[in-house]
Amino acid sequence: MIGPEQGATLPGMTVVCGDSHTSTHGAFGCLAFGIGTSEVEHVLATQCLMMKKTKTMKVEVEGALGLGVTAKDIILAIIGKIGTAGGTGYSIEFAGSAIRALSMEGRMTVCNMSIEAGARAGMVAVDDTTIEYVKGRPMAPAGAMWDKALAYWRTLVSDPDATFDKVVTLDAAQIQPQVSWGTSPQMVTTVDGKVPDPAQEKDPVQREWMERALKYMDLKPNTPITQIKPDKIFIGACTNSRIEDLRAAAQVVKDKRVASNIKLAIVVPGSGLVKQQAEQEGLDKIFTAAGFEWRQPGCSMCLGMNDDQLSPGERCASTSNRNFEGRQGAGGRTHLVSPAMAAAAAVAGHFVDVRTMK
Amino acid sequence: MEKFVRREGLVAPMDRANVDTDAIIPKQYLKSIKRTGYGPNLFDEWRYLDHGEPGMDHSKRPLNKDFVLNQPRYQGATVLLARENFGCGSSREHAPWALLQYGFQAVIAPSFADIFYNNSLKNGLLLIRLDAKIVDRLLREAQATPGYRVAIDLEQQAVSTPGGESFRFEIDPFNKHCLLNGLDEIGLTLGHADKIRAFEAAHRERQPWLFS
Repeated sequence: MIGPEQGATLPGMTVVCGDSHTSTHGAFGCLAFGIGTSEVEHVLATQCLMMKKTKTMKVEVEGALGLGVTAKDIILAIIGKIGTAGGTGYSIEFAGSAIRALSMEGRMTVCNMSIEAGARAGMVAVDDTTIEYVKGRPMAPAGAMWDKALAYWRTLVSDPDATFDKVVTLDAAQIQPQVSWGTSPQMVTTVDGKVPDPAQEKDPVQREWMERALKYMDLKPNTPITQIKPDKIFIGACTNSRIEDLRAAAQVVKDKRVASNIKLAIVVPGSGLVKQQAEQEGLDKIFTAAGFEWRQPGCSMCLGMNDDQLSPGERCASTSNRNFEGRQGAGGRTHLVSPAMAAAAAVAGHFVDVRTMK
Repeated sequence: MEKFVRREGLVAPMDRANVDTDAIIPKQYLKSIKRTGYGPNLFDEWRYLDHGEPGMDHSKRPLNKDFVLNQPRYQGATVLLARENFGCGSSREHAPWALLQYGFQAVIAPSFADIFYNNSLKNGLLLIRLDAKIVDRLLREAQATPGYRVAIDLEQQAVSTPGGESFRFEIDPFNKHCLLNGLDEIGLTLGHADKIRAFEAAHRERQPWLFS
């Protein structure tokens, strides 16, 4: 959150940190990836890491997204398509007109979940959107230095005839709002879809995995996604807690109330600056008027390291990035969605296509 | 990391197979991310009669007199002798840290768990694989002979006993090179310090905005 906000993250940098979601910074044309404790020590001591060159993958998302379909839906759809091991051993470049059309916030959301697609790093080429975002940030260069930097940053694009080890293509117009139903980010479907039936799965290993996931999630095959009722709503995490995310969610809940079956709905801004800006725009008022709690910035219910947890059996519509067993608290059941979809579920009391909300 | 070329030391015979990483260092001591201070908690559950927790004064805890490392004759041992599959269990690096911080410099056994093996060599603890029959004999000799010491020559890849016998062991050439020269991974990287400095100077030149 703060690296990009402060202009500490600049195009072309190599960024490492002891957190797998470091890939977020790839949105700036950075090579950014998470590392382990021993590697952190190695970096601090030497400014280097010993690494094997990764393979390259281009994920092209072409066309225009439908109204109410967001960056989160793009990345969930990509993971649904290639699987959580699809990107293992690769660095991904997210490209295509739909990615180009995303704001920096949206690109960060996409790159954030590169790791859930199996890739340690994911990136987006530098363009005007990148430059505009970086310009004027506290730690960004200025004056003559800015011009010099700019000349270099403009080169941070793949050659038109570049070849990749693997190319995956998605049609943006076909992407619908996504809701995960299982215990892996690849267990995801569209909001108008149904919980899949393991009996239809031919591969016995996959089938058993699905059965186990459905048991954990307490879901029956063929249940329409819109019949699933969350107990808690979490809007936050490094995936979706930037100002654009909060605006999208606020737009949905404005002048509405959180449904009575929702025990807790919280909004956790990603940083102090996001919180401040949201308050200046009055978003906090919109959320609290609707029955959301407006919280201090932090990781909160994304990983249940503090008191913000699901109790056993509780179901959550969450804008975070992982739906593993117990991730949000022992026995907790996570459904990954976009901020707008989480907000819509809060108001309706069940998952609902945000595009049909009045 | 210290160089490991030739060492010679007192042997402590631990007549057990499948010594796991939980036994080497129990989980309550993993909360700390410091890499020091694990020595007193090596084999904590076997070594003390009470239940240990971090923050206790371990020098005041009641000792299990029957445990091998508590016997007077093995005080100051630097070579641990054990049976098959030593170090099985978790990937915790705390296990080799605890062994090293207690004072062990080498462990001899017929086999070691994979992750533990790599973790140990990375931290400068030499693990020596010898045939099970030889280990069995060494265990009996060490138990029967007070002050039983062995000499380890990494260059020659050999362990010599007081009886004048010498046993050859195998080790990967890269691991051997790192141990002989005291190169941990950071040490290896720093072996390229001139190249790193040259890169950094050029990097500064090319992208001065990152440093202003």
